Amino acid sequence: MYEFITSQLGVSILLAIGVLLALLGYVAYCIYYERKISAWMQDRWGPNRVGPLGLFQPLADGGKFALKEDIIPGHVDKVLFVVAPSLAFLISFIGFAAIPWGGEWMLDGKLVQVQVTNPDIGLLYILGVGSMGVYGVVIGAWASNNKYSFYGGVRATAQMLSYEIPMGLCIVVVVLTMGTLRLEGITAEQAGYWFGFIPKWNVFLHPLAFAILFVTVLAECNRAPFDLAEAEQELVGGFHTEYGALKFGMFFLGEYAHMVTGSAFICVLFLGGWHFPWIAEPEATSTFAVLLKIGVLVGKVTAFIFMMMWLRWTLPRFRFDQLMRMAWQGLIPVTLALVILATILLYFNLHRSIWALVGNVAILAFVLAYAAARGREITGRQDNMPRAKNITMAARAATGASA
Amino acid sequence: MLLASIEPYIAIGATVLVVAIIVVIMLIIAHVVGPKRRGPVKDSAYESGMPIVMDTERRFNVRFYVVAVLFLLFDVEIIFMWPWVLSFYHAATTGQTVELASGELAGKGFLLFGMGMFFVLLVFGLLYEWKKGAFKWD
Repeated sequence: MYEFITSQLGVSILLAIGVLLALLGYVAYCIYYERKISAWMQDRWGPNRVGPLGLFQPLADGGKFALKEDIIPGHVDKVLFVVAPSLAFLISFIGFAAIPWGGEWMLDGKLVQVQVTNPDIGLLYILGVGSMGVYGVVIGAWASNNKYSFYGGVRATAQMLSYEIPMGLCIVVVVLTMGTLRLEGITAEQAGYWFGFIPKWNVFLHPLAFAILFVTVLAECNRAPFDLAEAEQELVGGFHTEYGALKFGMFFLGEYAHMVTGSAFICVLFLGGWHFPWIAEPEATSTFAVLLKIGVLVGKVTAFIFMMMWLRWTLPRFRFDQLMRMAWQGLIPVTLALVILATILLYFNLHRSIWALVGNVAILAFVLAYAAARGREITGRQDNMPRAKNITMAARAATGASA
Repeated sequence: MLLASIEPYIAIGATVLVVAIIVVIMLIIAHVVGPKRRGPVKDSAYESGMPIVMDTERRFNVRFYVVAVLFLLFDVEIIFMWPWVLSFYHAATTGQTVELASGELAGKGFLLFGMGMFFVLLVFGLLYEWKKGAFKWD
């Protein structure tokens, strides 16, 4: 039994259970964190009644969810109505399995990976699980048999599908730089230094790809400014209008778990995962060092989640045509250019040189110059829409009023 | 050897199982703990408190369908790139040839050319869709 626990498989399974419970707690506290941040940004107190500083608020919320009536309305598709939140929850909580939490751990004289699973295709696994997230939304929206849900689901599908493509292309850029699909390998490759002090993180090679990946993860998580699927002013609750009690809670927890997994994924691909200069180095494999590495990764993830919440309470929501235009006419051409850049650099074996950074800056400069030269404001109408002036003139012509 | 190659997937299976157990527990708790007070109003669809007009299975904008079709094409094309990326990385960094599925040996120049042709078609398709107005939402 002891041999099994200290083997890779035993560590994996224990870690799976441990990380899962930790993630449930972390996600519950994310909701508290979000309410506190929104309160601070709006000059309010936020939750402060349940326990010291309102710290027991997540427990109270959970209890409240459970004590509400678990209603299945008469007009819904009863099987799919229950399947949808279960699926959303399940898919959000299995994505973390391929995230390398703490490098290698010297356990009982053997090195084991502090990672639930380390398949050859870890990157593909996370991408696949991430894109399955759309099923929960679509099935829930369809089963609810409600117009608000239906429109929310249709919007969410179009949005998640569109932002999947730039996300995939950004990941191709990383693979062209790193040459492996193993997430542990990608982290280990980044744990070095240029000139002895700049960590070899991918964000210094491809900052534009990093920024685009962050935007697509925001869109995949349905977070503001991409929360059109649940735009409360237009669609009430979007795809979860008909849900209540713990079924709504499952959608809610799933969304936050998706954010955690997405942030950890960005950290692993672009910010060196558990690596931090002079604090968490790959050579250290003691238990203390592993805990430190886990702490570093959790710290990076928390910083990302803070940024997502900050954006949510700062930016207004996109309009749907802006959203689609940004994905198909903005991000996809830029990421295609990034893939071409990374391919050419790899052909000349310059894929980890300063030329990657130069190329990124050049692409960004070209895009900005092009946008400035066209002189069309980002929020503007499309070509075939009448301008405001023309609308006024048409109205005047129609009513027969003189100018 | 076989066990070593399926070991990662056993761990994934264990994760899925544990999450599924949590889901079932949550569903049972929700069913058992909550009150049960049914009524005709609770059984009807929520439409801002108004009487419901028409049914849900209505026509919706065809552009959503176009987006789904375009996504299918693009995503399959991206998935095609992944094995190529690994072969190309190996060929470009070591200077060795890579054995293709057909048994031929290919160097980095051939791999670059092949993907270049694929990419030209991809970009041409994107530009065609752009000109045709597939991305216009108004």
